[in-house]
Amino acid sequence: MTSFFSSLGMVLLAFACAMPAHADFRVEISGVGVTQIPIAMANFRGEDNAPQKITQIVAADLERSGQFRSTPAGMVIDEVSRPDFGPIRQKPADALLTGSISRMADGRFDVRFRLWDAVKGEDMGGQSYVVVPADLRLVSHRIADQVYEKLTGDKGIFSTRIAYITKQGPKHLLWVADADGENPQAALTSQEPIISPSWSPSGNELAYVSFESRKPVVYVHDIASGKRRVLANFKGSNSAPAWSPDGKSLAITLSRDGGSQLFLINSKGGDPKRLTQSNGIDTEPVFSSDGSAIYFVSDRGGSPQIYRTPAMGGPVQRVTFTGNYNISPSLSPDGRWLAFISRVGGAYKLHVMDLISDKVVALTDTNADERPTFAPNGKLIMYSTQSQGREALMTTTLDGKIRARLAGQNSNMREPHWGPFLNP
Amino acid sequence: MKKLLLSLGMVLLLAACASGVKLNDVPVEDKSGSKVSVAPDPVMPAPVSASSANEAKSTVVPVDSAASTNLSAGPAGNVAKVIFFDYDSYVVKSEFQATIEAHAQFLKANPRAKVSLEGHTDERGGREYNLALGQKRADAVRQSLSLLGVQESQVESVSFGKEKPAVQGADESAFAKNRRAEFFYR
Repeated sequence: MTSFFSSLGMVLLAFACAMPAHADFRVEISGVGVTQIPIAMANFRGEDNAPQKITQIVAADLERSGQFRSTPAGMVIDEVSRPDFGPIRQKPADALLTGSISRMADGRFDVRFRLWDAVKGEDMGGQSYVVVPADLRLVSHRIADQVYEKLTGDKGIFSTRIAYITKQGPKHLLWVADADGENPQAALTSQEPIISPSWSPSGNELAYVSFESRKPVVYVHDIASGKRRVLANFKGSNSAPAWSPDGKSLAITLSRDGGSQLFLINSKGGDPKRLTQSNGIDTEPVFSSDGSAIYFVSDRGGSPQIYRTPAMGGPVQRVTFTGNYNISPSLSPDGRWLAFISRVGGAYKLHVMDLISDKVVALTDTNADERPTFAPNGKLIMYSTQSQGREALMTTTLDGKIRARLAGQNSNMREPHWGPFLNP
Repeated sequence: MKKLLLSLGMVLLLAACASGVKLNDVPVEDKSGSKVSVAPDPVMPAPVSASSANEAKSTVVPVDSAASTNLSAGPAGNVAKVIFFDYDSYVVKSEFQATIEAHAQFLKANPRAKVSLEGHTDERGGREYNLALGQKRADAVRQSLSLLGVQESQVESVSFGKEKPAVQGADESAFAKNRRAEFFYR
C-alpha cells in the first residue's frame, strides 16, 4: 500500500470523510479525466434509529463503482416532499436521493426512496420495500442498483453476491458475502485448503476444489441447504471448475489420463469427456457468456499463455502474446474484455485485454494480484492482492482509475468469484 | 542446510549399498553345497546392510516382522520421503535417483503398498497454475518409479500446488524447501 501511495502523483481518499464508520473501506481514485456523476444524498428519515445506515451503504456502493461522487445533501427531507433544488445544484450535484425507513408493528421495516434529477428538477421515480431487519443491507444494495441503472443506463451489481476463501490460522473457510464484502456467511469450514470457488449461473450453487481428503477434489455445494456432492474425484488431481452458462455442465482440469488436461463433465456428475489434448498443462478454463468458447491457460508453447477453443472441441487459438506468464483468464459478460494475471519483472499484475483491438493494459501497481473475476454487468473487476502483509480483495474499474478495497475480516481473503445477477 | 546434506549423504550411502546387492535374490546355501533357493517374502522390505554381501554365504537374511506388516510406513531405514526441485523445473535431479530407487524397491517388494506422490510449488503465481505445476513434479516422480518397474496401480500422483508450503517465508531458501514432491504411504 505504501508503494501504491508513493507511486501515484495524486491520490484522493474520496471516502474517508463520507464513511467514518467503515475504517476498512477505501476508494482510491488515481489519474485524471475521471468523469463521475455527482449525487447528493439526504439521510433517510428514521435512519438514525434503524439497524442499518441505508444512505451510507448506498453511497459506498455508488462510489465503489467509480461512476459516482456522493455528497451529503445537507437538508432534512424524505421521499414524499419536493426538494428545493437550488442548494443541490450549487454543491454541485446532478441528482438527489431521498428516502425514509420506518419500523412496522410486526418488526419489519418499510424502506422508501425517491430519486430526483436536480438539474431538470424532475422526479426520476422511486420504490418501497418491506423487509425483515436482516434484509436491510440487501434493500440498500437494491436502492443503489436502482440509482445506478437510472443514472447510467447499466444494470447495477450491488445486490449480487461474491464468494471467497479465507485462511484463519489452520482454518480455511468458504464465504458468501454481499458484493461489498459485508454480511459474510460461512458456507464451509475445513482444516485443509479450499480454492477456486465458482458460482453456478443460477447463483444457487458453488463448485470448488477442496483438499480435505488429502488431494484436490471438486465439489458442488448448494448454498441454501448446505448439501454438497462430489463432482470429480478421479485418480490424480481434480481442479479448476467452471460452469457452462446453461448450468448443465462444467469444464474441469483432471490429471487422470496423465498431465493436467481439460474435460467437460455433467453438473450432475458422470463420465467426463476430454476437451483438450496437449503434452503440457491445460487448466483454468472459463466459458464465454454465450457458451460457444472456452478460454484456458496452457504451457503448450513453452510458457503459460491464454488460449481459446470451441466448447464443443476444435482448433485451439492462442490469445495472449505479450509476456511469458499469463494466467487466470476472466471474460466480461459481453465477451469484449479479457482480464488476466501477467508476470511483469517478477510481479504478478492484473491486466485487461480488449479482445477487439488486442490492446493490453495493466490495471494495478501491486505485485501479487490473483484470480480476477468480472462483475455481472462487466463494469468492475474483483481480484485478490497482497496489501499491508495480508491478502485482500479489491475492485477496480476497467481503466484502473478507481480501485476499492473490500471490507475485510482480520484474515487473508483470497480466491474471489463474483456471482450472477439474482432475481429480486 | 548442513543437516539436509548430512541426511542426504546417509540416504545416498544406504541407497548405494542397496543397488549394489540384490538382497531379495540373495540365496541361502546349506553346507553340503546344494543350493536351496528361498523365495523372498513378497511383503518383506529389503533389509539393507553394508556387510551383507560378504556374509551372504554363511548367514540368513534378517526379517523384521514389524517392518513387514506396516506398509504405510514406507521403506524402512533412513530413506528420504521428500524430493526437491529447481526453480521452474519438473525434472527429478540425479541426486535423488537413489531415493527413488529405494522407494521403487520397496513398492516392488510390497505389491500391496500404495503411495501418493504429492507435488508442491513455491508461493509465487496463481493457485490453479501452481496446482498444475505441482502435478508435473508428482508426475515426474511417478514416471521415474514406473521406469523402475513399479505398478501404476500402486501409485497416485496428486498436487497441492502452493497450498501447503513446508516452510513459511518469501525468500529463495523458503522457496527451495517448498518446491518438492513428497512420498505419502497410505
